[in-house]
Amino acid sequence: MRVEIDGITKRFPGVLAVDDVSVTFEPGEVHALLGENGAGKSTLMNLLFGLHEPDSGVLRIDGRDVHFHGPSDAIAAGIGMVHQHFKLVPVFTVAENVMLGVEETIRGFLDRRAARARVAELSERYGLKVDPGAVVEDLPVGIQQRVEIIKALYRDAQCLILDEATAVLTPPEIEDLLEIVAQLRDDGRAIVFISHKLREVMAAADKITVLRRGRVVGSTTPARSSPGELASMMVGRDIDLTVTKAPATPAGAVLELAGVTVLGEHDKPVVDEVTFDVRAGEILAVAGVSGNGQTELVQAITGLRVPAAGTIALNGTDLTHKSVADRFERGLAHVPEDRQRDGLVGPFPVRDNLVLNLWRRRPFARGVRIDRRAIRENADALIEQFDIRTSSIYAASETLSGGNQQKVIIAREFTKQAKLLVLSQPTRGLDVGSIKYIHTRVVEQRDAGCAVLLVSYELDEVLALADRVAVMCEGRVLGVLEGEELTRDRIGLLMAGTVLPQDAA
Amino acid sequence: MSTTDSELPPAPPPESPTDAPLTPGTSMAVRFAAYGRTALFTVLAIVTALLLGALVIIFSDPDALGAWSSFFSDPGEALSTSWQVAFDSYEALFDSSFGEFDAINRTLVEATPLLFGGLSVALAFRAGLFNIGGAGQVMVGASAAAWAGLTLDLPAVIHLPVALLAGFAGGMLWGGIAGFLKARTGAHEVITTIMLNFIALRFLDYLLTTDRFQRPGRNDPLSRPMAESARLPELPGPVPAHLGLLLALAATFGVWWLLERSTIGFRMRAVGTNPDAARTAGMSVGATYVLAMALAGGLAGLAGTSNLLGRPSFSLSGGFYESIGFDAIALALVGRSKPGGVLGAAVLFGALRSGSTGMQAATQTPVDIIVVIQALIILFVAAPRIVEAIWRVRARELTDAPQFTSGWGGS
Ligand SMILES: Nc1ncnc2c1ncn2[C@@H]1O[C@H](COP(=O)(O)OP(=O)(O)OP(=O)(O)O)[C@@H](O)[C@H]1O
Ligand SMILES: [Mg+2]
Repeated sequence: MRVEIDGITKRFPGVLAVDDVSVTFEPGEVHALLGENGAGKSTLMNLLFGLHEPDSGVLRIDGRDVHFHGPSDAIAAGIGMVHQHFKLVPVFTVAENVMLGVEETIRGFLDRRAARARVAELSERYGLKVDPGAVVEDLPVGIQQRVEIIKALYRDAQCLILDEATAVLTPPEIEDLLEIVAQLRDDGRAIVFISHKLREVMAAADKITVLRRGRVVGSTTPARSSPGELASMMVGRDIDLTVTKAPATPAGAVLELAGVTVLGEHDKPVVDEVTFDVRAGEILAVAGVSGNGQTELVQAITGLRVPAAGTIALNGTDLTHKSVADRFERGLAHVPEDRQRDGLVGPFPVRDNLVLNLWRRRPFARGVRIDRRAIRENADALIEQFDIRTSSIYAASETLSGGNQQKVIIAREFTKQAKLLVLSQPTRGLDVGSIKYIHTRVVEQRDAGCAVLLVSYELDEVLALADRVAVMCEGRVLGVLEGEELTRDRIGLLMAGTVLPQDAA
Repeated sequence: MSTTDSELPPAPPPESPTDAPLTPGTSMAVRFAAYGRTALFTVLAIVTALLLGALVIIFSDPDALGAWSSFFSDPGEALSTSWQVAFDSYEALFDSSFGEFDAINRTLVEATPLLFGGLSVALAFRAGLFNIGGAGQVMVGASAAAWAGLTLDLPAVIHLPVALLAGFAGGMLWGGIAGFLKARTGAHEVITTIMLNFIALRFLDYLLTTDRFQRPGRNDPLSRPMAESARLPELPGPVPAHLGLLLALAATFGVWWLLERSTIGFRMRAVGTNPDAARTAGMSVGATYVLAMALAGGLAGLAGTSNLLGRPSFSLSGGFYESIGFDAIALALVGRSKPGGVLGAAVLFGALRSGSTGMQAATQTPVDIIVVIQALIILFVAAPRIVEAIWRVRARELTDAPQFTSGWGGS
């Protein structure tokens, strides 16, 4: 199926999100869309999926004009979309989720068996390895995403849109996904692949279209352009992606963890006697495959979860049982892993989200009265300083593009003169320019004497920033590496749980 | 083919001014567009309800039905009679709710407790809580006020404030219990407030059998009249209503200020919109629930108290107070949980009530039609898609207004 977008324009109050864009997705082709945060990629795809209606321009499928008034029209026309945030019913089985909305019935009863058979067949055909009877909430993120893909295929999608599908996946899951994508392409489907990771795009795409500020600024293929050229094309100027940093000059310990243990389900330790320090003026990265206790460790440090054993001290004060607010008072800053759930109040204006955990302090509050002027001035300043792309300080934060939502959180946490900065996946979903910008700011915070704890599943990010690396596997810190030992291989081995004699902690 | 397939330029040109998609000076527009749409939708919902209500009036009127039965011989007559019937009814409804000072007075007196009640539900809702317990809070608040009004012997300048405070405190206690249960045990406020409603009802029944409360010589549950010194005085001017009206207006402003201008409201709204993010930002979700429910309960308590102390014909009794609690939910819904909106809705519902008897007297249109209209308004407000379909306007960008339908996900 050939999908043609011809001269589409979409305007939101105060923003021209998509500006006269024309692009064609051919069958049997993986077409990557690249662009900075807020360039209009998701909006363009939402237009194609019937979630928005264009202000002008036409969509054509196999040469015929089509008008979508909702996703159901788009689905009927053979378009499928996998959103970054899955839309699955957690308590349903895979097969039930897949058949939802297109239920096949026999005399009014759901034909579950037929659905299961189809799901099993699709899973078999594309090597998706999904059990139709499994309950969705028990599945890891990577598999849940495949359920979304099966959902689209079940509805016979000939054009499949993957919007930042790899952002939530671990490296092995990403490789599997790219393989699946290649198979779907060989099957004659048109695939639209959106990602900020240039390496993936180079590996997966047959064709690349770059958007900047709502417009198509060029089109190329992986063979014809290097990642550096793509990056400059996205940003509109030459940029250098490497972060320069001087060796750390650490001072005394700011965060001290001693034997911290957090219990998960069935009282199994998910964080198991973790002990390490983060010193002022250094970046300590926690590396590891996602799901090895990093999330729970961060929750214990930031006060969102009470550890079962051990102590957590900040600047020598025991904080193990103190509230989140207390920790903020004592100089904690926190960029949470799941920005939409934990970092922002979506419907709140950008202005308010920029003070979400500062609202009771001066100058933003005077007694119980909120100082709206101080909040407004703060917002104006931070939007300027961090280049947050928003139509206004009053726009609801959830209308910002994914990357700009993250910048709102970064701006808030990086400007409060913290003593300890806890960063969980700070650059997930960000474009290359923003990543470089944020990395530079992290180093800046370090050089200003802040202790930085970075949790990242991206080895590249860990290697780019860390002065020391603590590797976590199954809840335990298997080793803390520094200096010479900081190599991809050493970290990789520890991540897989292999402890070399010299690393034994 | 219309795709751009240009060769990649080696060095992209520097940013041109046309690159900027942000049109400046639109922040105000962004800010008010959502409000405007919400208001437009509410007005359209009311208009739609009135139009449908007119059909009901027409088809329950013997004259109009008669004219319709001879529609084919005289279609003009059917239409003009129908128009006349509907027009007359609405005219009478308007006349007896706003047509003269006396009518306005009745409307405002009706609107006063509705306003307190609507604010109560709206406040709780903004903190993410669905307060079904207005009825119980009204009863406990009014009982406490009645206790103060019946047993204390004080000069008016002290007695009235004490009685009002008692009403507020009684409601606060009842609402606070539900908030506390939610914060401590996670018990859903919808369940606990319904339970507390029953407890309050039985408690009131009991009180009205005691000598301290029950009117001497009566067997039915009816309280003695309140002491004069505890009564809400009339206001000067052609529309006297009672002091409770001013208090309700002050409460409207107070709730608005609390929600929109204070740190407490900031916290409540954050907790109400995204409790996870609120917790991560160091807000105490539990304490916020307790506070919001207590304040909501206090406002509901004042709804009962303002009737009890403001209207000479009212005494403490079972039935009436139950209904304010549930009307309050409808009001908050129509007012989109915003204090200003609730004020408008309270006046509207007050007018429908105060005008209905006059309408029946003048046009024989049954008072029950008011219930139909109220129900239709609620239906259309709750289901903007219907309005969208009828009036061909887009509701999709309606994201700013807190929607009641999202209030059930409680944890
Ligand atoms: N519903 C909406 N209302 C108002 N503005 C919106 C809405 N959706 C998107 N926008 C704006 O449109 C622009 C494009 O956003 P979009 O989400 O398409 O970017 P993106 O290219 O997907 O970025 P990212 O890589 O960060 O996800 C942004 O400026 C965003 O703020
Ligand atoms: Mg996007």
